[in-house]
Amino acid sequence: MDRLVIDIAVLVLAAFVGFEVISKVPNTLHTPLMSGTNAIHGIVLLGGILTIAAASGALEKILLVIAITFGTINIIGGFFVTDRMLEMFKRKDPPKADEAEENQQ
Amino acid sequence: MILPAVFLDSTNFVDACYIVAFGLFIYGMSGLTGPRTAVRGNKIAAAGMFLAFVATLLKHRVLHGSATPWEIALGIVLGTAIGIPAARNVHMTAMPQMVALFNGVGGGAVALIAWIEYRHHFGGDYALRVMIPSLFAAVVGSVSFWGSNIAFGKLQGIIPGRPIKAPGQTLINGGLFLICVASAVILAAGTHSQALFIVGILLAAAILGNMIVLPIGGADMPVVISLLNAFTGLSAAATGLALGNTAMIVAGMIVGASGTILTNLMAKAMNRSVPAIIAGGFGGEVAAPAEGTEHGGTVRSTSAADVAIQLSYARQVVIAPGYGMAVAQAQHAVRELEKALEAKGVTVKFAIHPVAGRMPGHMNVLLAEADVPYDLLREMDEINPEFPRTDVTLVIGANDVTNPAAKNEPGSPIYGMPILEVDQSGAVIVLKRSMASGFAGIDNPLFYDPKTAMLFGDAKESVAGVTTEVQAL
Repeated sequence: MDRLVIDIAVLVLAAFVGFEVISKVPNTLHTPLMSGTNAIHGIVLLGGILTIAAASGALEKILLVIAITFGTINIIGGFFVTDRMLEMFKRKDPPKADEAEENQQ
Repeated sequence: MILPAVFLDSTNFVDACYIVAFGLFIYGMSGLTGPRTAVRGNKIAAAGMFLAFVATLLKHRVLHGSATPWEIALGIVLGTAIGIPAARNVHMTAMPQMVALFNGVGGGAVALIAWIEYRHHFGGDYALRVMIPSLFAAVVGSVSFWGSNIAFGKLQGIIPGRPIKAPGQTLINGGLFLICVASAVILAAGTHSQALFIVGILLAAAILGNMIVLPIGGADMPVVISLLNAFTGLSAAATGLALGNTAMIVAGMIVGASGTILTNLMAKAMNRSVPAIIAGGFGGEVAAPAEGTEHGGTVRSTSAADVAIQLSYARQVVIAPGYGMAVAQAQHAVRELEKALEAKGVTVKFAIHPVAGRMPGHMNVLLAEADVPYDLLREMDEINPEFPRTDVTLVIGANDVTNPAAKNEPGSPIYGMPILEVDQSGAVIVLKRSMASGFAGIDNPLFYDPKTAMLFGDAKESVAGVTTEVQAL
């Protein structure tokens, strides 16, 4: 099969999987969901890496370094801030675990 | 015997890593279905991202040229140096800005990559299958970048939050969109001034991004942020298609799906269509025909001591927070009040409207930060039947989402929007800074209801004052 056809098949299937998975996320977690998906679209970092080797001239290099910087901000910042938020949701999950955590500290 | 041989081939090895990586994305995201598994899910998705990153570096000829590894390293070091402090220091109340900004940089990266990708093929033969997704990514990425920046500016208060409209807005937007599409078609058909057209497309899309978000009022932000999130995701998927990179395609589509679902949920919660929101906020031009005549009653002001007595002798108290709670950073004070009331044997619940605040789930994050147990949080459909059984409802910095005009006055601009039916409860106390109306500039008859009392002042101070009084009782 043509590579493009395969890629489009992947795209369509991914859309359905995405809808299926994300529609189960409860309202409570919508903000972490947004910041988590922000981190995931940081995957454009790969695009920057894949194109920079073939880049020629200062302009292209600079623009791609910016693109890589942007992608990294997305990934690192996104996962980090999501983790921070989710820890807040987790820590008072069941009251017992809460106490256990406090005892540990 | 065959399997190892297949994977020794570097291309297949990288592709296999990508498959594992997007598997981890999906598995990680499915962890977000509950607060218990969410932390782990996020980490799993991050592991997938790391794998995809390493696999890409292993790809044949990626580190080609002596300078390339350093350029990549420079970008990553810069990105880490900016990303980590930002993520570590941001206040939970500033989360909408943060998400808008992160969303914007993602879109910006897509637009830049699409531009460079396009430049590489100047004059040469550039297959349509690569060109079409590339151009799509350039346009959508650019719109997302500029739109997100404006959203950030509005949320941060750099740009006024009220709708800013140009005359003939819709026409201009349509025109800009046509310029983008037409330039893309000209490019695809082949032209000699490629450099000019690609820059033109990026510029037109940039202006379009500005024009789309500038007219949108603050309270429509949840919809806009979700929509821009979907845009960035789709543009990332398009870049993946252009580069033949499955990890990017899957990741981009997951984000696209997430953004689309949230956009629809938010729009539904406001009873407005996405195009209507994009066409511009309520603005100030909405006449208020019902004002004064129908609910010109007097406003009853109350004191912290009276509120404390009312709350302490109630059986059930419902707290309905809104953007005002975020602005006043009152979430911790609210938590203290909740604890003080529970110590008196009062049942306390929180009523969360889907569009309360400036982004989906905004209130939930703030209350989670303040350690409010999430089983006290009730969604709109859950809590509405409970209001008639509620003795006192405390409205903290929420306005339009509690406005009974949405139910009772067909002439009201927000008529039909699902609301928290706080007016059904025994008594209502509204914490508000002043009598100014909500973002929509719509008068709220709730304030003139005989069973409503207003507690004016900064939400944080008011709540803290009430808590002290409750504890003293």
